Amino acid sequence: MKVLVTVKRVVDYNVRIQVKPDGSGVMLDGVKMSMNPFDEIALEEAIRLKEAGKATQIVAVSIGPQAVQEQLRSALALGADRAIHIPLDAAPQPVNAARALAGLAGRENPDLILMGKQAIDDDCNQTPQMLAALLGWPQATFASKIELNDKAATVAREVDAGLEFLSVDLPAVISADLRLNVPRYPKLPDIMKARRLPIETVTPEDLGVEFVPEAKLLKVAPPPKRQAGRKVASVDELVAALRERGLLS
Amino acid sequence: MSKVLVIAEHDGETLNPSTSRTVACALALDPEAVDVAVFAEAENKPVQAAARLNGVTRVLLVEHPANRNPLAAVLAPQVAALARHYTHVLAPSTTFGKDVLPRAAALLGVPLVSDIMRVIGQNVFERPIYAGNALETIEAPPGIVVATVRTASFKAVAETGSAPVERISLDFDCPTHTRFLRVEGSSGGGRPDLQSARVVVSGGRGLGSQENFDLIYALADRLGAAVGASRAAVDAGFVPNDLQVGQTGKIIAPELYLAFGISGAIQHLAGIKDAGTIVAVNKDPDAPIFEVADIGLVGDLFEVLPALLDALRKDGS
Repeated sequence: MKVLVTVKRVVDYNVRIQVKPDGSGVMLDGVKMSMNPFDEIALEEAIRLKEAGKATQIVAVSIGPQAVQEQLRSALALGADRAIHIPLDAAPQPVNAARALAGLAGRENPDLILMGKQAIDDDCNQTPQMLAALLGWPQATFASKIELNDKAATVAREVDAGLEFLSVDLPAVISADLRLNVPRYPKLPDIMKARRLPIETVTPEDLGVEFVPEAKLLKVAPPPKRQAGRKVASVDELVAALRERGLLS
Repeated sequence: MSKVLVIAEHDGETLNPSTSRTVACALALDPEAVDVAVFAEAENKPVQAAARLNGVTRVLLVEHPANRNPLAAVLAPQVAALARHYTHVLAPSTTFGKDVLPRAAALLGVPLVSDIMRVIGQNVFERPIYAGNALETIEAPPGIVVATVRTASFKAVAETGSAPVERISLDFDCPTHTRFLRVEGSSGGGRPDLQSARVVVSGGRGLGSQENFDLIYALADRLGAAVGASRAAVDAGFVPNDLQVGQTGKIIAPELYLAFGISGAIQHLAGIKDAGTIVAVNKDPDAPIFEVADIGLVGDLFEVLPALLDALRKDGS
């Protein structure tokens, strides 16, 4: 079974982002970049499937400028067998990322596509669903458990009402939620080895991708700040403060 | 003038309150018409509930045996077929809307605007990025606008309307590759829905165990509140995942939010930014939750919670 895993390069989740003073975006100069944490979970799941003898080949793919190869090397160090870079000047929006990935899926013919449920930069939570639509495949989003057999997967999905269980035929697109697994760290020798491994480049033209118009970014602003209020010293004061605000009826 | 299609969220029995808030977002577009589509196996209570939402022009009941459970692969082609008659298609930014609408947008060949917080123009919207640490204003390209609505940013509409219900039959290829098995929910113990509750009592890692969470449930019941939790409490197995409040859990806007033993990670704070009053109880005076709390109490929650229950019992609140 061949598993395709998508990897996005994003601002590291520990970084407190700053909005540029001119409102054109957030500051990225000198900021630590990492693999999107949800993609790490997707990759970890693929690695576990391989360790369990269910997956035979893991292909990691990333879209964007040359720098995304850094995250592809991380994927190779962790256990991906191959890495594919789809070069674009900037990361596309989900509608076009899905188009590029659909093109690649047509060429690679994976049995399963594992993706993070969302990227922690734009927080869109769209690409897996869009990719599944374009391929006409089933989707199981927000997965917290995946059980795989040859022809289908049973997936527990984290939904607002609790856990929803779906059975989907393969090939399918599954997006990973937080509790699917805890990703491992790469080992130093594997990181060194991954530096020398080849990264395949496949252009959108090679894949015959037709991009569609994206949304235009007009402005980025910091959110309105909540002010810290006051501290109370006792439960009685807390109750009094709530009563003052008319919050205890 | 715009014509908006709102996709109703329901479980066959009740209309999810997120639907009403999505209608509120639709009305912010100053539209000519707002139709609510209810995909169901057969006519049900949610259809009637949707008809009562103020500002709704028509309720479209789309009956199909496969609409018994909300499967994105089944619903998306139906949404896409209906969408062609509208300028905007909106759904709540719940796990339901997030699952279905991107699939429908892709079938329509258009981008999706996720998590509308504010309507600025017919195709200009404000939305959160980086876990709410920045807000972007984006302009959707010409053509049909497909978007999910961050329901905490909109107030529910009144329920005094009486929109007509029309049955619609759609011609679509119903996929068989996806099978619904079951939902395992935390019943909620008859408590209010977390996403629409007026008061929410939340617990974090500081509770220490599943058993200790009973203190949170007791206070919630005293206040008629819903129960929430931090990601740390869910990860530790104290409570099920559907109680998680935060960027990757539920984004809520209650009038009163009480946080016990929650330190206030960025991703948790992103889920409560729109709350009216935030109360934080934590033994660590430097916990980041105090930076956003309107009322803070530094103390041991195992002393504060019983004392608070006692105080509320005494004065009959």
